[in-house]
Amino acid sequence: MDLFTFIKPKNELEQGDDTTVNKPYVPDEMWVKCPDCGTLLLTTDIEENFHVCSKCNHHFRVGSRKRIDMVCDKDTFKELDADFVSKNIIDFPGYDEKLESSKRRSGEKDSVVCGTCKIDGIETVIISMTADFMMGSMGTVTGDKITRAFEYATENGLPVIAFTVSGGARMQEGILSLMQMAKTSGAVKLHSDAGLLYITVLTDPTSGGVTASFAMEGDIILAEPGALIAFAGPRVIEQTIRQKLPKDFQTAEFLQEKGFVDKVIDRRYLKETLSKLLKIHNYTEVQ
Amino acid sequence: MSAYDNVLAARSTKKLTSLDYINALFGDSFIELHGDRNFADDKAVVGGVGMLNDIPVTVIGLEKGRNTKERMERNFGAAHPEGYRKALRLMKQAEKFHRPILCFVDTSGAFCGIGAEERGQGHAIATNLMEMMALKTPILSVFIGEGGSGGAIALAVADEVWMMENAVYSVISPEGCASILWKDSSKAAEAAECLKMTAKDLFNLGVIERILREPTAGDQKMFESMKLLICRTFEKNLAVSGEELARLRYNRFRKIGQQ
Ligand SMILES: [Zn+2]
Repeated sequence: MDLFTFIKPKNELEQGDDTTVNKPYVPDEMWVKCPDCGTLLLTTDIEENFHVCSKCNHHFRVGSRKRIDMVCDKDTFKELDADFVSKNIIDFPGYDEKLESSKRRSGEKDSVVCGTCKIDGIETVIISMTADFMMGSMGTVTGDKITRAFEYATENGLPVIAFTVSGGARMQEGILSLMQMAKTSGAVKLHSDAGLLYITVLTDPTSGGVTASFAMEGDIILAEPGALIAFAGPRVIEQTIRQKLPKDFQTAEFLQEKGFVDKVIDRRYLKETLSKLLKIHNYTEVQ
Repeated sequence: MSAYDNVLAARSTKKLTSLDYINALFGDSFIELHGDRNFADDKAVVGGVGMLNDIPVTVIGLEKGRNTKERMERNFGAAHPEGYRKALRLMKQAEKFHRPILCFVDTSGAFCGIGAEERGQGHAIATNLMEMMALKTPILSVFIGEGGSGGAIALAVADEVWMMENAVYSVISPEGCASILWKDSSKAAEAAECLKMTAKDLFNLGVIERILREPTAGDQKMFESMKLLICRTFEKNLAVSGEELARLRYNRFRKIGQQ
């Protein structure tokens, strides 16, 4: 794989929410071509295999609800703050239209879904972002929902598991979106000081203001294979330093190598790993 | 003055830098302390201790440099992870001795490069945000020029944030915003308007507490009144318990964008 093909599928970092590569598979198509190995896969097979390519292990992107289904016990998810809707608070041109199209495309009101659920009977707060809504960018509603999810967990003595996917802060909300980095970090800190467990699972791509806040603040940081994890995206860096980036730069595996990810984990073993970690931290099954 | 003129003024190399302010406010009492105790001493961040009138203070600033040679050495105020980690080390030290912390912000952003990513730029900023929120000592951040995104807020989780009248603070540079949204970086002036990044905009949005008149080099009278203002704020906050300060600081950010 040459450098260009490595960078190419992953350079839509800065809120370019019209990304067409590595998009979540579309259920009404029968076949999907794996963007890594080119194998044609039956959508039903992918579904059964946690949206992972059976040939090369490529992890397809999944939406926030699908993600919750993959790790939660059946019918245990209860959503928090489901009615929060983003508004064009600083009157940014084109933002209203963008919100509308994102709502239509994703079926969500914002880029994050929060709630409580059980994992092997253990109650936990779950935070699940989606790339379908403005590339998972963090606006005030996103930040507020995440903050409130942590506050709920702190009040109720629950652990938090967060699945991140984000192009960063949402520039259409200006400085107010930047402030959400501090706000969510403050909520993580209070949760942490209460002695409660926070696990983050970084998925493709996690970058910018989300990487520089709650994504990197977990007690345990897991990441999906091949996921791009960055502060500044590869395109921005190449433009800044005007040199080519090393192979596999900013992948989950690279970050584990550099000491910023605890474990790269295959999605098919994710639920059992989360369950083990919860048990090791003395969380027990509730009826 | 248009928002973009304001951006250009904030970037002007004629502008006073953090070291100018530190020297004018702290005089001979300032002692610089170097390094993050882990990797290196990042010269884009200056930090140390000194006396502000009769108050011992920890002061930290993003430093762009005052001439070409200095600007190269200081990487134009674009810090690496070790810079943010040095800042946090000094802040923790300040907390230990219950010294107030004064931060000067002036950066186009955290550095974007291979080393910065390899050493965890995102992790360094995230850690500062989380730890600063809980510091049990007073913190005041003053924006003196450019306040570029994550690299700026990493020194601005404070009890109060003040801005010089010509400083800016934004989630993204207007050029970056224009090129991503409209694929045309020449529309930066339009983007600057839309982003609401001037001191006045931020004051109206409830993100900062105070706008300061900008001192000119050598105008010691203006620095004296600035010093008085800072001292009064620190005295007020030193009378509050550390736990209460941290609680108020969280609430300060908690209400921004609250649904
Ligand atoms: Zn494949």
